[in-house]
Amino acid sequence: MVSLLDIIGPVMVGPSSSHTAGACRIGLFARGLVGGTPAHARVELHGSFAETGTGHGTDRAIAGGLLGFLPDDDRLRESLELARQAGLELDWHKVRLRGDHHPNTARLTVTRGDQTSVVTGSSLGAGRVLITQLDGFPVEITGSLDTLVIVARDQPGTVASVTAVLAREGVNLATMRVSRRQKGGDAVHIYELDHRPAPEVMTAIRALPAIRFARAVERIS
Amino acid sequence: MFDAVQDALVAAEAEGVSLGELALRTEAAQGLRTREQVETALGRALKIMREAIARGRQGDLRSVGGLVGGDAARLDHPRGPLGGTVFTDVMSGALAVQEVNAAMGVIVAAPTAGGAGVLPGVLLGIGDRIGADDATLVRGLACAGLVGAVVAVRASLSGAEGGCQAETGAAAAMAAAAGIEILGGTPRQAAQAVALSMQGTLGLICDPLGGLVEVPCVYRNATGAAIALAGIEMALAGIEFPIPVDEVIDTMGAIGRGMDAKYRETARGGLAVTPTGRKLAKERLVQLERRKAGGST
Repeated sequence: MVSLLDIIGPVMVGPSSSHTAGACRIGLFARGLVGGTPAHARVELHGSFAETGTGHGTDRAIAGGLLGFLPDDDRLRESLELARQAGLELDWHKVRLRGDHHPNTARLTVTRGDQTSVVTGSSLGAGRVLITQLDGFPVEITGSLDTLVIVARDQPGTVASVTAVLAREGVNLATMRVSRRQKGGDAVHIYELDHRPAPEVMTAIRALPAIRFARAVERIS
Repeated sequence: MFDAVQDALVAAEAEGVSLGELALRTEAAQGLRTREQVETALGRALKIMREAIARGRQGDLRSVGGLVGGDAARLDHPRGPLGGTVFTDVMSGALAVQEVNAAMGVIVAAPTAGGAGVLPGVLLGIGDRIGADDATLVRGLACAGLVGAVVAVRASLSGAEGGCQAETGAAAAMAAAAGIEILGGTPRQAAQAVALSMQGTLGLICDPLGGLVEVPCVYRNATGAAIALAGIEMALAGIEFPIPVDEVIDTMGAIGRGMDAKYRETARGGLAVTPTGRKLAKERLVQLERRKAGGST
């Protein structure tokens, strides 16, 4: 559902809602997935991001998102320098991603501590984004709500065990999607939530038997 | 929001309200935010638009790529036959916001950053002339948002997908509806203003020099705003475009999907590949890449 405020907004640092605000949000999502500023990020720019990203500040926007800056934060202008100061190492590549991707797409491989995550996101225009892949799993995440990302063994009852915890803690689900690459392998669960889950909710979910990874990513728009 | 301008028009006429009022009611009914929250957010957008116009009109900004800046201030002393009228105010406002955008200043994407000058230029250019209060201007923004939401669903708001017709073109259509709203026109006139302005930007390509949102983007915001004024004047005069508004919007989407990638923000066609366009882009991009690598500029 399109909101008036998606169209009249966001308030943002220029020059491009797709290449700057949207790119910033893809960076913010990747940051959220590793739970803070990564130490290293490999950034692959595809399509128009690759062709015209530098001139649009796409590099500064993604770096700023990784540092936790919102699209209207005027530190975005200086984010490459600020990334160096924060110890965030950036590695830029212009690529042609395989498969069908929106022209404004980036794939970020981010490492923080012992966690490395790969996020593919597209900037759809007017600052709206869609995360399309997580660690090779196809997903559809808009980031307009808090998102619970879970990787779990593909076995019966896993979804029920997660939703039971959410229900017990009074966290309402807006949307839910489960996908896997192969039967009996790992599955990724994406839950969009109406409330941010408290730390104890996350602890309870991580303690469930089939769960390999669970992270609540804050909304990015 | 709505999937068709026609649906919004029917709803507004049934409720006896303007499109802007309908947009505010519909947004609140969607349940994510209260009406008050929506009005507050639009009020903030209005304030940032005003500030960006004032900042750009000072005339001292240079863009990140160094290709544009200072042109909004030149329209403070216009020499042409329309000098000093709402027409030059509107264009100066559009240029000002887009110059701020190109300098990585704070703006409101409306619907995008590349087309961010058109709506504030038109809304405040007209609004200041008629002494419109903020509540009226917020309704204008809501009306523009309703139109933009339809365009987002039926066509596109991305230059990379649909060319400049999806950015400054969509912005002109939104601004035309907003203009009718604050001038007290009917929902039907607002819908006609959308059709009449958008038909004038169909096919418009996105061909930024070096991919920078500078040339021709800054100037296209000014001409986009002028096209919005044309749509407003024709619609207020009772002129009706023979193709229904939603079909015009669909046409913009279809043209975008058929547009060669070189005309969709890739800087591989149009003005971007003129001899001068290539030369300017090369000079500026070399400097920007150097800055990214950490060297001095």
